[in-house]
Amino acid sequence: MAQLPSVLLICCGSLAREITALMRAHDWTHMSITCLPAHIHNTPDKIPEAVRAKIHEARGTVDNILVLFSDCGTGGKLNEVLEEEGIEGIGGAHCYEIFAGKENFAALMDDEPGSFFLTDFLTRHFDRLILAGLGLDRYPKLRDTYFGHYDKLVYLAQREDSELQEKARAAAETLGLNYEMRLTGYGDYRDFLSTHGG
Amino acid sequence: MSVEKIYEAVLDYDDDEVVELVTAELAKGTEPQVMLDDGLVAALDTVGEQFSEGTLFVPEMLMAADAVKAGLDLLRPILAETGVKPIGTVVIGTVKGDLHDIGKNLVSMVLEGAGFRVVDLGTDVEPEKFVDAAQENDADIVAFSALLTTSMAAMERAVGVVCKANENSNLNVRILVGGPPVTDDFAEKIGADGYGVDAPTAVDLARGFIQ
Repeated sequence: MAQLPSVLLICCGSLAREITALMRAHDWTHMSITCLPAHIHNTPDKIPEAVRAKIHEARGTVDNILVLFSDCGTGGKLNEVLEEEGIEGIGGAHCYEIFAGKENFAALMDDEPGSFFLTDFLTRHFDRLILAGLGLDRYPKLRDTYFGHYDKLVYLAQREDSELQEKARAAAETLGLNYEMRLTGYGDYRDFLSTHGG
Repeated sequence: MSVEKIYEAVLDYDDDEVVELVTAELAKGTEPQVMLDDGLVAALDTVGEQFSEGTLFVPEMLMAADAVKAGLDLLRPILAETGVKPIGTVVIGTVKGDLHDIGKNLVSMVLEGAGFRVVDLGTDVEPEKFVDAAQENDADIVAFSALLTTSMAAMERAVGVVCKANENSNLNVRILVGGPPVTDDFAEKIGADGYGVDAPTAVDLARGFIQ
């Protein structure tokens, strides 16, 4: 069997576990992964150039490079970098949209615009990234300042895990929101890698 | 000096303490304007500087703004009675389709603390409502906020509606935009007069517009 061209996936640290699981499940041994730290989302203006640096670092060492960052609040700047570099990206606004699927996510937002989303990663790290990150551990009174206009916490689950579901439900309670769980699997990440990763 | 304690209470993010101190100072006859300028606004400026330097973060900024608001709620009616006018009026809201208002609330609080009258239209606001509110309130500035990348088109539309009203009616406002997906380039492209990368910058820009 002919060996597939090597592919490097540039992605966010928050996706590393899920993308690695996908690669393993599909035996995509020609793919490798490199990540930017998840906290780069706190400074989205830094994402485009950080991705460009990863592209430059990898160019010539692999046959193909794919970027699994969505726009992630860069205001279209990441897309500009990818066009300049001639690199394919997964597109979309953020990982919630990719996990849920574009149409499903749009329907979710139409149905309840005041939705706050968790993924497996965010659920696992809820205390550190959400509670401590927003200062709610230090200043609980800020909860309504942050979440007053939200009605529902939607847990977009990548896999069925009762422990994570319980954690997500508890997170909704902590934030004073209704709870909903949707099993999305790996959503459009799988389709994108199947189509473009060969 | 007790006004210094008001300053310190804001930096301790203690709104109850601010209320107690302002109430006590009012009873003693301290000028409300002094408490506003040397206590609340001075503290907010300090917090804004620390925020811009990266030594203090959004939660602390929100807590400080909340403490300032507690003091302002006591001082504002008295300042109004004594004829002290706000330095300008800002109409603010999140654009149509965007319910995320943390940034907008923070900017509102800091603008109020800086002496502006703020007309907060809330979230998910139709562009025409900004124009109506600006006319009704004789506003100097209209400020738009968006969190979502998907709201950028709505921001462009809203800015366009206000620009058109500036050209066609007796409206004469400067336009301020802000929010994570917004950039200087985008603000310029859609016709805004300024882009506030954070709350202190937004206030500096607003002050500049008024001068």
